[in-house]
Amino acid sequence: MWSWVLHRITGVAIFFFLLVHILDTALVRVSPEAYNAVISQYQTPIMGLGEVALVGAIVFHAFNGLRIIAIDFWNAKYQRVLFYVVIGLWVVTMLAFVPRHLINVFSH
Amino acid sequence: MTSALAAPRSPYARAPRKNGVNWEKWGWLYMRVSGIVLVVLIFGHLFVNLMVGEGVSALNFAFVSGKLANPFWQWWDVAMLWLALIHGGNGMRTLVNDYATTRVARGILKSAILAAVVILIVLGTLVVFTFDACPAGQPADLLPTFCQAL
Repeated sequence: MWSWVLHRITGVAIFFFLLVHILDTALVRVSPEAYNAVISQYQTPIMGLGEVALVGAIVFHAFNGLRIIAIDFWNAKYQRVLFYVVIGLWVVTMLAFVPRHLINVFSH
Repeated sequence: MTSALAAPRSPYARAPRKNGVNWEKWGWLYMRVSGIVLVVLIFGHLFVNLMVGEGVSALNFAFVSGKLANPFWQWWDVAMLWLALIHGGNGMRTLVNDYATTRVARGILKSAILAAVVILIVLGTLVVFTFDACPAGQPADLLPTFCQAL
């Protein structure tokens, strides 16, 4: 059940970020200054931590989505062990991403 | 709390249609097919924008317009735009159907989701295919380096 709850929560969070992210990227059509002014807000320490949460949500939603596909098209009896695989892959991916990202955020 | 949710697997309030296209089935399949493609597109997007070089600190107009001057990244971003918005909009529709208890609330919320998805798909597609990587009269230090050769 928790994989199902987390899939919904991360899905909603990613959807609302997507709405904002398309609007901020659309500023490339306005002017370089307008785009740079907004994108620099993504480079602050607080938003840097927010990006860790965002990537964490996306990576969970991605791996758990692949788990759902495996359950639907392959074999549902492995759903529990696949959830532990999702958690393991999430930890590995975040270990690769978070230190590098935080160095980029906090060294500028 | 009298308006409890119906028990699981209780009969439909309205009888399902017997003929015609089974849109819920195609929506169900779309979530899985687009999901697989989006894992590739979004992981690639995150890797190129957040992991390569100085990551988020390097993002600015010159970086983005340098990417979007290349048809490869234009089509990559447009594919992400369409697939992700329809995937997310259909997911939000599922949540509204599950959690909004009145017919009016469901109608308003699903109309808002549809409007947001359509407007942002049109806006994003227009931006990707109409924007100028080297706009005239802009300071050269804000533009990608290849603009100097023009």
